[in-house]
Amino acid sequence: MMEKMIFGRYIPADSIAHRMDPRAKLIFVFAFIAIIFIANDVWGYVIAAAFTYISVKMSGLSLRFLISGLKPVMILIAFTFLLQLFFAREGNVVLDLGFIQVYEEGIRQAFFISMRFTLLVFMTSLLTLTTTPISITDGLESLLNPLKKIKFPAHELALMMSIALRFIPTLMDETDKIMKAQMARGSDMSSGPLKDRIKAIVPLMIPLFVNAFKRAEDLATAMEVRGYRGGEGRTKYRLLFWKARDTFALLSLVLLAGALAAFRFWI
Amino acid sequence: MDIVLEQVEYRYAANSPFEKKAVEDVTFKIPEGQCTAIIGHTGSGKSTLLLHLNALLKPTSGTVQIGERTVKAGRKEKDLKPIREKVGIVFQFPEQQLFEETVMKDICYGPMNFGVSEQEAKKRAAFWLKEVGMPEEVLGKSPFDLSGGQMRRVAIAGVLAMEPEVLVLDEPTAGLDPRGRREMMEMFYRLHQERGITLVLVTHSMEDAARYADKVVVMHKGRKVHEAPPRELFSDTARLAEWGLGVPEVVKFQRMLEEKTGKAFPKVCLTMDELADMLKQGGESL
Repeated sequence: MMEKMIFGRYIPADSIAHRMDPRAKLIFVFAFIAIIFIANDVWGYVIAAAFTYISVKMSGLSLRFLISGLKPVMILIAFTFLLQLFFAREGNVVLDLGFIQVYEEGIRQAFFISMRFTLLVFMTSLLTLTTTPISITDGLESLLNPLKKIKFPAHELALMMSIALRFIPTLMDETDKIMKAQMARGSDMSSGPLKDRIKAIVPLMIPLFVNAFKRAEDLATAMEVRGYRGGEGRTKYRLLFWKARDTFALLSLVLLAGALAAFRFWI
Repeated sequence: MDIVLEQVEYRYAANSPFEKKAVEDVTFKIPEGQCTAIIGHTGSGKSTLLLHLNALLKPTSGTVQIGERTVKAGRKEKDLKPIREKVGIVFQFPEQQLFEETVMKDICYGPMNFGVSEQEAKKRAAFWLKEVGMPEEVLGKSPFDLSGGQMRRVAIAGVLAMEPEVLVLDEPTAGLDPRGRREMMEMFYRLHQERGITLVLVTHSMEDAARYADKVVVMHKGRKVHEAPPRELFSDTARLAEWGLGVPEVVKFQRMLEEKTGKAFPKVCLTMDELADMLKQGGESL
């Protein structure tokens, strides 16, 4: 299941969405999250869904691939759906099961909220699917740069993020290695009562932490030796270029917001 | 206890777009009581192969027979502990597996997992710590207060205390100084000779393979390309170079000597002592 899971993964390809400036993509996704809350009727959601569909097309990824990859998240959405269905108590009773009633408003809310959730998951996945972690970090740093005036550590934050991302695969490999070593010493992590299984995690976690701290110290030393002194006056190897398509993407969002607002307030 | 591998194949992330074949069609036997070396260039699949020797990995095709038990591709295996009790593995940089508060507890971890009583485990801990050349006072200390080399010894004692019939060593001396390296290898070899422990040595060091192995298995690009006693293997320098491997320094020296004098020695010498003896005997004729 983990191999198929695409949440938070990057899929290399050459598409409009892949080529977009990470800053534009970040603003795009965050703005979309805010804008989607304007929609509150069927037409609003139809428009938002169409907009999401076009965005998926722009990413060069197939819809089917996205849907199959996001299946685990769908379970969560289904759960939200049921929760809304049974616990919103407004309007007429549509279905009476004796111990629980389904109201008109419940059905409405259930559809809308799970729809909103689905669209949000698709959009945010598009961001991570089409953008390497390192460019997300670059984009974030660049967007947070103005905040440096009020002493916000934008560069440090971005550095922390990229180091964290960089070491995920390393730590995964190491977990696997230590697990094998302890299994060779007779530790059993996959069977037996729960209490024993939890106990079996200790021999895994302690070496993992010890090594992670050691590695962090080594990394700090290596950075210091090479004269690292924060973001002050530092030039970038990966430059960001804002192109016309980035402006267009954001403009399309303004259109979406306008359309949704129109449906909500005037029609 | 013999270990027999038959047409073993292992693919990482099988049946996914990230599939990668690491080992392919490997067949050989590790006979009881002998020292078998597995050599190969980085990425030749030797480390993957080693994980099959105590069922940490199951082949994606083929079989691995470990003593009485047979691990077969595609079959669910239950209760692998008895296999792991008999086949101990010392991994590369074993000091990374230490986790307990005291050296004593850490060495006892393995044996107690296999059902050895606490009292017996403690006895073993004291015994094996001495065997790896560490003073007994260390038992009460935290393993994290020790030096790197000492931690390595403690970790090795932790595996030896399981008292396995087969001991698999993956580059056990990597990162040690020359003296520590020598001492460590001599200790393993002594155990092998005195107690009849079957040794499997996965190594980059041609010197170690030449000096200790009864049989050398050469891995190249996931396949077994050769299997021979070291003397036979190291007499063919050209072929070894094809697999990205060299010969021990002694052999290189002998070859140079033969070239200079224009006389071939009757056999390849695998250690310095052997070469010295040969030179003494044949001194007049050279």
